[in-house]
Amino acid sequence: MDIHKLQEIVHKTRDARRKQTLPKYAPAERDTLIKKHHPDFRESAYRPITFGPNAGEKTVRELASLLEGNSVVPMDLDLTPQYTCDVLVVGGGGAGCAAALHAHAQGAKVMLATKLRLGDSNTVMAQGGMQIAVTNEDSPVTHFLDTLKGGHMKNDHDLLKVMVEEGPAIAKWLLSLGVLFDRDADGNLHVKKGGGSSKPRLLTASDYTGLEIMRVLKDEVLNQKIQLLEFSAAVELLSDGKGTCTGAVLRDLDNKRFLVVAARTVILATGGIGRLHIQGFPTSNHFGATGDGLAMSYRMGARLMHIDTFQYHPSGAVYPEQLIGALVTEGIRSEGGHLVNAKGERFVNELDTRDVVSSSIIRECEEGRGIRTMSGRIGVWLDTPLLEAEQGEGTVNKHFPAMVRQYERFGINIAKDPVLIYPTLHYQNGGVKIDTHGESDVKNLFVAGEASGGLHGRNRLMGNSLLDLMVYGKRSGLMAAARAKSGSQGRLTLEHVNKFKDEARKHHASSDVISPMLFPAYAKKE
Amino acid sequence: MADTDTQNVIDQEEVLRPKMVTVEIAGKKYEVPEGVTVIKALWYAGQEVIRGIGCLGGFCGACATYYRTKDDPKVRTCLACQTAVQDGMTFTMVPPFPARKAIYNMVELKDPKQDLFTLYPEAPLCRNCNACTEACPQKIDVREGVWKAVFGDFKSVSEMFMDCVMCGLCVPVCIADIAPNLVALYASRVQGAHFTEKPERLEHRIKEIADGKYKDEWARVMKMNEQELAKVCAELK
Repeated sequence: MDIHKLQEIVHKTRDARRKQTLPKYAPAERDTLIKKHHPDFRESAYRPITFGPNAGEKTVRELASLLEGNSVVPMDLDLTPQYTCDVLVVGGGGAGCAAALHAHAQGAKVMLATKLRLGDSNTVMAQGGMQIAVTNEDSPVTHFLDTLKGGHMKNDHDLLKVMVEEGPAIAKWLLSLGVLFDRDADGNLHVKKGGGSSKPRLLTASDYTGLEIMRVLKDEVLNQKIQLLEFSAAVELLSDGKGTCTGAVLRDLDNKRFLVVAARTVILATGGIGRLHIQGFPTSNHFGATGDGLAMSYRMGARLMHIDTFQYHPSGAVYPEQLIGALVTEGIRSEGGHLVNAKGERFVNELDTRDVVSSSIIRECEEGRGIRTMSGRIGVWLDTPLLEAEQGEGTVNKHFPAMVRQYERFGINIAKDPVLIYPTLHYQNGGVKIDTHGESDVKNLFVAGEASGGLHGRNRLMGNSLLDLMVYGKRSGLMAAARAKSGSQGRLTLEHVNKFKDEARKHHASSDVISPMLFPAYAKKE
Repeated sequence: MADTDTQNVIDQEEVLRPKMVTVEIAGKKYEVPEGVTVIKALWYAGQEVIRGIGCLGGFCGACATYYRTKDDPKVRTCLACQTAVQDGMTFTMVPPFPARKAIYNMVELKDPKQDLFTLYPEAPLCRNCNACTEACPQKIDVREGVWKAVFGDFKSVSEMFMDCVMCGLCVPVCIADIAPNLVALYASRVQGAHFTEKPERLEHRIKEIADGKYKDEWARVMKMNEQELAKVCAELK
């Protein structure tokens, strides 16, 4: 059927829906819904990890095989360092830049290595905003409780408390660097309400919050002349043979040579796993989101946490085919956009947490109330024209210019027509277990941002990721710099990798998978 | 399966009649499926892309591309992850251009509007050719932005360039050797750091936290057991 004909039901039912209020699910209903429909509960997609720090715990098959994978580094590699520094930061997104800048400000000799360009990351795509409790009606404690509720009470309390309390200072730092957050008429920071939050708390820079922050941080890293190695992927960590991290092996992606970096401390800010396409899901993640940091730190003995839970963002584009996996910002739902099934009905409170909304969309589709595309995809409508009806003509264009542009390229005017969406793999809720200074179980190995775990529990609230990146980027940067100042450079060995290989043989789990994976293999080779 | 499910199927040209089109990538012809993005066409042609790829969401500016459509002499620009291929299209990715980025200490600038002319002395030499504006895949009026920066209207610059993904396509076309995206980034940062009100409420909140305003509440919450916490959380609306 013609897409416009199918959309008619959304236009027809709009006025009736506007009068409706849908309650959020009670905790018991919410649990039942999630267990029945959320991808985290698809037993067949999971398997236990055979050996290593998390032996016996379950995770998705794609990740398990990477964690048990093999190093690309030859064990007889000459480990004479080409580079020496105090703090090696791996990753050039938000967490990496925040860590590098703060460590540098402490006088540490910092190197930042990244496998693509500085700034190519998920951070740059964050549209929804950054949660910080700045209003009089709100408080860090309320932010803490909202996050805990969203995370199914499984969040690490100490990590979370630190994040919400340091939020305001982070906002001040970003403002001082020139980040342009939206303002109210009185000059105060404008706040929006995000899904799963009891108070409006999202700081935004229109729908370009992540881009705005990333542009500024990138520029600042260059201004501070921090040593930068682009197109250089970390492929292994180095240890002193006694369990302390002492550097890393990078791979120059042009000439494929290995580069040995001696570093007193290492900060992994390597991001998430979307490009593993867990359970076949499309992803909103950037090209390099392949969980490199997880694989490398696991081999060194760092414990991982909550790695059985992932966030599927409720609104990934399903149509047109070219936009598959691209995000339709949550901001549209924040401003009142309805989710509508093929029968023209709403089926969930659109501002419930991401796991609940995603589960309910999957439920509608599994139970036959979805809209199919000929390429075999399925989804539900997001009523974007409703925003124009509610707030006046031009609203969509004014509030969501990036979104409008994205669809306009394919001849779709989202101010007039609803868009088709389905959950897309968005975020790794867990990661490497860290303490409140970002340090993992391995001494002098720090992890910041999406690669770390514990803070978000089993479901991350919208807008908490940007804050996590900045706060734990900063804290790991400060602590790594302090540690480097007081410590000395340890021996460089691959002994932990050898030990890991022995462990694999012992468990008959020797694998032919090379990890980290670095990039998905999309190029067609025959 | 319910009736709704079988009725609600969108026709898609490219799936109903899978059609291959011919495109020319950096001088060599390939057959690729119609409607895929330029990046996907490169993958389909068997090319690994490491330089020229990033977020795949239209935000990072890594995949700046020149292209031309069939029989049209006009060379256009796009982001490869956001543009669909069509029959007869010719394209090539644009390597990074060696533009000069000025180095400055944002916090310590004393007269940032005047400093623009020391940091980017080429900025006022714009010859109004408008090539930068035509090159912008984000449809920013780049030329106008450069002039606004030169005349000190940094506020307008910051608003106009909020869409800028720093792809740099405005740079190689400039006959005055201006890097408009870098000029705009400087002006926007200055606008934020030097000419925007300090938000009072934020300062107030930072002080409250430092003064221990929430100490008692934290003590109460951090002592709660899981059940008590669940109850408090359930009460949040």
